[in-house]
Amino acid sequence: MKTASEKVITLIAHIVLVILCFMCLFFFYILIINATRSHVQLQKGFAFLPGGNFIRNLTNVINDGTIPVVRGVLNSLIVSACCAGICTYFSALTAYGLYVYDFRLRKPAFTFIMAIMVMPTQVTALGFLRLITRMGMYDSLLPLILPSIASPAVFYFMYSYMQSSLPVALVEAARIDGSGEFNTFNRIVIPIMKPAIAVQAIFTFVGAWNNYFVPALVIQSKDKMTLPILIATLRGADYMTFDMGKIYMMILLAIVPIIIVYIFLSRFIIAGITLGGVKE
Amino acid sequence: MKKTRKKKNYSRYGYIFIAPFFISFLVFSLIPLFDTIKNSFYEYYFSGLKIVGPNFIGLGNYGAVLKAHMLKYTANTFILWILGFIPQIVIALLLASWFTDQHLNLKGRKAYEVIIYLPNLIMASAFAMLFFTLFSDSGPVNSFLHQIGVVHAGHPIKFLSSVTGTRGLIALMNFLMWFGNTTIMLMAAINGVNPELFEAAKIDGCNHRQIFFRITLPLIRPILTYTLITSMIGGLQMFDVPQILTNGIGTPDRTSMTLIMLLNNYLKSKNYGMAGAISIYLFILSGILCFIVYRMINTDETEAKAARKREKKMRKMTRKGDAA
Repeated sequence: MKTASEKVITLIAHIVLVILCFMCLFFFYILIINATRSHVQLQKGFAFLPGGNFIRNLTNVINDGTIPVVRGVLNSLIVSACCAGICTYFSALTAYGLYVYDFRLRKPAFTFIMAIMVMPTQVTALGFLRLITRMGMYDSLLPLILPSIASPAVFYFMYSYMQSSLPVALVEAARIDGSGEFNTFNRIVIPIMKPAIAVQAIFTFVGAWNNYFVPALVIQSKDKMTLPILIATLRGADYMTFDMGKIYMMILLAIVPIIIVYIFLSRFIIAGITLGGVKE
Repeated sequence: MKKTRKKKNYSRYGYIFIAPFFISFLVFSLIPLFDTIKNSFYEYYFSGLKIVGPNFIGLGNYGAVLKAHMLKYTANTFILWILGFIPQIVIALLLASWFTDQHLNLKGRKAYEVIIYLPNLIMASAFAMLFFTLFSDSGPVNSFLHQIGVVHAGHPIKFLSSVTGTRGLIALMNFLMWFGNTTIMLMAAINGVNPELFEAAKIDGCNHRQIFFRITLPLIRPILTYTLITSMIGGLQMFDVPQILTNGIGTPDRTSMTLIMLLNNYLKSKNYGMAGAISIYLFILSGILCFIVYRMINTDETEAKAARKREKKMRKMTRKGDAA
């Protein structure tokens, strides 16, 4: 049974939580409502109920020649999916290399990766920009994808996961059965790592989807822009001349794919936040 | 570390497996880092179509950057971060202690978790654009305030032209995006504490507040510090939200201009020398913070070592004491 004071605390907790949830959802609610209203309706003032302009706003955005949204969604999808795939595969590979094999540079390599774990990418942006320009990769999607091969945080996650669920004896058994080293990794280790790979693939995908700093520096031409850059061009353009319904619709398009993924995988994602995060 | 028995000829696979990571890091981070350091010592910029430099000027850029209000922008970044971080950590601690309290047994905990984590996944630039439209002078928030009679026609609240308004909105967005994440991290920390400790305290007559301040807080201090430092590193990188909200100029009067926005400006205008100098300042700052995180993650070993050392010292001292 709850004591009287516990009942009071429970009540307060629910009130605070409802307010916080309201704050989290309210802005997105207005976004969705406003995306369904026409420019004229939006100018008239605020409303809690949707208008009937959803389809028209959507076709207006898609047919807008100055801001290639469809192309942007596609570019964002390509970059994020490639990042998620490459990043998780190579992080698992690196973790496996350091977990299973014993070699002279193993400890220094591990220490090195741990040391650079939380280094901001912005620090090297200048050199990065100059280098990829010299390599002929300026204004292409490649420099947004390739650096994700080296992701220390994902590596650390994979390494922790291996420590808890990949017995080295299994690898040795595979060797005795005549499996080559790469075959063992691809056929035996990857399937075991599936839960960890899935969690990290989602986080990497979301991170790449939302990334703005590096793409804004690297991408120049409109047909290669990812969604965050398109959003930024909206902000930079003469704001008042814009159809407001279209602006809300574009913002909606930028965040809806992530919300859909989240609705289906929320339990899984939340469980993944703390997995292998910090040893405690 | 674990013991693995291996024949010697396998070790080359170790190098092969970790090669892609290190090659990618070398090409996309390490070489750029050295190039950045080199550029920071040169006067090198584009003025119109004319290229000035590169001329070696030693630490000239480092001084010039400081003169270009870098300290002001550092202070801005810090203010914007702390304004969001304080409510974030307070609310997260509160929620985490409620969620993990067995006696409260809050209903709908899972649903609450799902909702409060949602803003963390939202594209920061889209979120900032949304706030910009919602809080603009003729936006929905002002028209709502007008409809309920708080604001008079023609005199909207100018959120984005006041220092408090802009900073407040940026802090609010950072708070909304990160408090759910922090709550879940702290919950994991509290769940890691032996529940018998809470029971024992309760039997001894501690109330909720005492349990929270005397038992929970001290026990999760390592995670709290970790959260603080990682949040600081994140705050140092603050860019998307203020950049989009203020269109890259940190209005009003550059009071919401962050360090990375300054770096971005120099990169866009191709002032390599100045951009390099800021990067190196950032490198040093984040290097210090990284070092702290690194030490914390590796506490297992270092702490054990330190404990052994302390024990030895104590034993020595007591022996000395005995002798005296």
